[in-house]
Amino acid sequence: MRRMLIAAALALGAGAAMAQTGQTIRIGLQDDIGSLDPARSVQLVDRIVFASLCNALVDITPDQKIVPMLATSWTTSADGKTLTFKLRKGVKFQNDEPFNAAAVKANLDRDRTLQTSNRKSELASVDHVDVIDDYTVAIVLKQPDAALLATLTDRAGMMLAPKTLADPAGVAAHPVCSGPYKFVQRVQNDRVVLEKFAGYWDADKYPIQRVVFLPIPDSTVRLANLRSGSLDMLERLAPSDVASAKSDTNFRFAPVSGFGYYYVTFNIGNGKRSNAVLKDERVRQAFELAIDRDAINQVIGAGIFAPANQAVPKSSPYYNASLPMSHRDIAKAKALLKAAGHEHVDIEFTYPNNTVSSQIVQMMQAMVSEAGFNLKLRPTDYATELNAAHSGDFEAMYLGWSGRVDPDGNLHQFNTCSGNLNYAHYCNPEVDRLLDAARVKLTTAERKTDYEAASKLLADDDPIVYVYNQPWPFELSKKVQGFTPYPDGLVRLRGVSIKG
Amino acid sequence: MATPAAPVRASAAASQTTVLPRRERRGLVKFMRNRAAVFGAALVLLIVVMAVFAPWLSHYDPVQASFMTVRQAPSAAHWFGTDELGRDVLSRLLWGARASLLAGVVSVCIAVAIGVPLGLLAGYFGKLVDGAISRIADALLSIPFLILAIALAAFLGPSLTNAMAAIGISAMPRFVRLTRGQAITVKAEDYVEGARAIGLGHARIIVRYILPNVLPPIIVQASLTIATAIIAEASLSFLGLGQLPPSPSWGSMLNTAKDFVSQAPWMSIFPGIAIFLAVLGFNLLGDGLRDALDPRES
Amino acid sequence: MLRIIANRVLVAIPTLILVSMLIFGLQKLLPGDPVTAMAGEDQDPQLIASLRVKYHLDEPVPTQYALWVRDVVRGDLGASLRTDVPVTSLIAQKLPVTLQLAAMAMIFAIGIGIPAGVISAASRGGALDYGANVFALSGMSIPNFWLGIMLIFIVSVRWHLLPSSGYVSPTEDFWLSIKTMLMPAFVLGASLGAQLMRHTRSAMLSVLRTDYIRTARAKGLLRGTVVVKHAFRNALVPIVTVLALLFGELLAGAVLTEQVFTIPGFGKLIVDAVFNRDYAVVQGVVLVTALCFIVVNLCADVLYVLLNPRLRRS
Repeated sequence: MRRMLIAAALALGAGAAMAQTGQTIRIGLQDDIGSLDPARSVQLVDRIVFASLCNALVDITPDQKIVPMLATSWTTSADGKTLTFKLRKGVKFQNDEPFNAAAVKANLDRDRTLQTSNRKSELASVDHVDVIDDYTVAIVLKQPDAALLATLTDRAGMMLAPKTLADPAGVAAHPVCSGPYKFVQRVQNDRVVLEKFAGYWDADKYPIQRVVFLPIPDSTVRLANLRSGSLDMLERLAPSDVASAKSDTNFRFAPVSGFGYYYVTFNIGNGKRSNAVLKDERVRQAFELAIDRDAINQVIGAGIFAPANQAVPKSSPYYNASLPMSHRDIAKAKALLKAAGHEHVDIEFTYPNNTVSSQIVQMMQAMVSEAGFNLKLRPTDYATELNAAHSGDFEAMYLGWSGRVDPDGNLHQFNTCSGNLNYAHYCNPEVDRLLDAARVKLTTAERKTDYEAASKLLADDDPIVYVYNQPWPFELSKKVQGFTPYPDGLVRLRGVSIKG
Repeated sequence: MATPAAPVRASAAASQTTVLPRRERRGLVKFMRNRAAVFGAALVLLIVVMAVFAPWLSHYDPVQASFMTVRQAPSAAHWFGTDELGRDVLSRLLWGARASLLAGVVSVCIAVAIGVPLGLLAGYFGKLVDGAISRIADALLSIPFLILAIALAAFLGPSLTNAMAAIGISAMPRFVRLTRGQAITVKAEDYVEGARAIGLGHARIIVRYILPNVLPPIIVQASLTIATAIIAEASLSFLGLGQLPPSPSWGSMLNTAKDFVSQAPWMSIFPGIAIFLAVLGFNLLGDGLRDALDPRES
Repeated sequence: MLRIIANRVLVAIPTLILVSMLIFGLQKLLPGDPVTAMAGEDQDPQLIASLRVKYHLDEPVPTQYALWVRDVVRGDLGASLRTDVPVTSLIAQKLPVTLQLAAMAMIFAIGIGIPAGVISAASRGGALDYGANVFALSGMSIPNFWLGIMLIFIVSVRWHLLPSSGYVSPTEDFWLSIKTMLMPAFVLGASLGAQLMRHTRSAMLSVLRTDYIRTARAKGLLRGTVVVKHAFRNALVPIVTVLALLFGELLAGAVLTEQVFTIPGFGKLIVDAVFNRDYAVVQGVVLVTALCFIVVNLCADVLYVLLNPRLRRS
């Protein structure tokens, strides 16, 4: 009898210990994960997985400062064309390969040369990479690139184990990185499972043992899963659920305003569908004056869709605080339209047909109709919208951009004459000059002057009407402790544990 | 099934009154006696009335958003509540009947217009013509109906018209098969051989002799297919491939409603009931027609 | 008998080829460049150019078709353009999920449909028959995705009885797997059960009218014995063939059910692939589906012949 009791006690103790060390966190995601090869990945949710799976050379803090990760320090040469990194010692990849400068070179070269790499234009300024010694690597640029450091916090700077790089299909099927959690399993449309990597250089700061990512596109079902206990946290809570989430004491609502934004753009010069109406900036300004961002925020955004009037978020040091936020002014809008020679204007409005965008667009339709804009709505799915944007098959379009740390990422491709995200085909040589200059300058102060000047010009020309800053509303079970939301929308598990 | 068409037509022409020929009259009486069939016909009539008189029956604009009255529960002002943009659900339901009814009827018309002639040709001419047409029909039939409709709708682009075309094309093979089978049976009858013997052309034979005898099962199948088409349109709209917002359609209403099921369940309940009643109506009607027109049923 | 099978197989081949051409052509005619979707929000022009080369997108359509057929014959169905996962592994991962859903749905359908049909036929014209018929028609008329939404709302959100989404493999946790599939299988099986009930009823009715049944009754056999032993066994033939037809309905219904309940199965794979312009997946999956369909129909035809001795001799 006594032996049985002892055995039972041991089992219980072991069980309790298991419960402590067997901590699993289940995270609900909005979209299914795409490619798990950092060189090929294009989606935000992929980056959420990478945040736990991989390390990049550098990382960001919640207030957007760049801090060491795999690189411990870095220096820029006087001419700005060489970026030298000192690397962390004693780091291993998840297959026990050592991390060193050769690995960095292998990864960066792959990002730049792989046929299907999606990181090529991010690293376009890189000329070549030099291995100085085992723990020093120099990136030599064609011209100075102020945004490069921020780019290296993302997928372009993520380091995969060099031995696995030879097989591209293998990388996506079983990525081997150097992050706190290693890859276990991936079932498309169902889950991605990661497990703690015991050899991680900072392992004791990660109490959680197992991470399961569960894509659940339907936001109602996602929340239902959280409430029933099948999930521990979820990302992108639907705004219509915010009110009930805030009042639910069993859960913690943790929103953060992000780098991204939703915007309206007009076909100024992209093909045959551009017309005199859209080319006139007074029409575009009238449009901006006809919408009420605060109303959108209140009625549809549940207060978390912070109005935006520029590409750079408020939290960024490059934010232009002196740029006024336009408020709804129908009289002025009408006057502008009249000055442009129109009483009524018909515009076809293309937008992605998800619930929130649909609501916002219909609200905008009602708002701008009072100023004389007659919007004909054209909902599409995401793929068709991107195609229409490229080929110029649109008049006005509403879409989103998930945002980048560096203002260059939010501005250059959209507003320069040959920028490949400049769907409007807007061209202002002065804006080009300012944005190109800001790229190669090396101090925040210098760049800020250029960005402020550019944002003023852009506000006048209005090729893009910014509507709101994309928030990342996380909802967590009270059991999850120590989670901090970051403005890039990623889930970082350092210091996060599950109570009980 | 052996009653030839020609003599009946002769008698109808001879009587020259509005009285129905005996066979049709028997069918109508049988139909009226079938309570379920009459109930089905009543439901269909209700849906048609909803669709036709929607502009007069609805109190509110089905498309105009009203952000002051978002997601209100059913009340005296809004019998079925309001949706996520403050629009009256009942009004949208009434206008949505148009989309659903149109989708059902037009899709089936497309399917019949393509499928019946093809089936007639296949059944009548046989051999190579039959081989080619049957292989195409088999190929289309071996892709599950909804998947074919989804692929076609995605190819054509999301819109109600394209959804109708997609459903019509997907449903067409059934009519080919049905018509072909009937045509083969009728073709073997003596009077058809007789018609050939006296030198009547192929077209004449098909239209005057084969088609009228093939019609009754086609009518039954058409009614039942309207039911399938209504559900198919709702499914496509639910997936985002059919009628796009802001125009109301029961399926697209459900597509948006599913995101608000906890806060506003009325947005999901009523469109679903509407689809159910419409489909039930056509199914009962089709059943009733089958019982009425089938001489074997005792 | 072998001749029948051989005949069917021979007929199936051109059908399969036609299907492959149909779906390939459809994909090529889809508006929108699949490459644009693959390039995501960054739209890197260099990447777009190299992707077009990699997937032979600038070559004439017949060439692309020929290349695809060559790969298929070798067993290579390509890889998902979105995730780089090979299509064959996707199918291997997801077919069992949909098969589990289909099997459980069939159990519901058979468990409800066949007994209801038998009882209804046996009590022909009575209140039970009438009620069962109305029930069946209602089951067929309810849109299954709506039923799914309502059930999720009531059973999962309000009552917290069953999980509202997802999939658990039976090897991982058998009872949780069943629990998770219960609602979706019921939703899928309800409509099928309704149709099955009607087919069973009409099959039973035509058998019950036959001479040998009347003889059996005249001999004085109990009504129950007559119904079950003689009538039902003979009604099995058309019922079995109908089951094969319903397989197609199952797959179509699975598409919507998997969407509503977020089940990572075959149906959801197709819908997502069509929306993402993941044409490699769509082609591969539709081809495999058509193949399964043809095989199932072939089995049904063979079964029909086997069960019906009269046909065997011809």
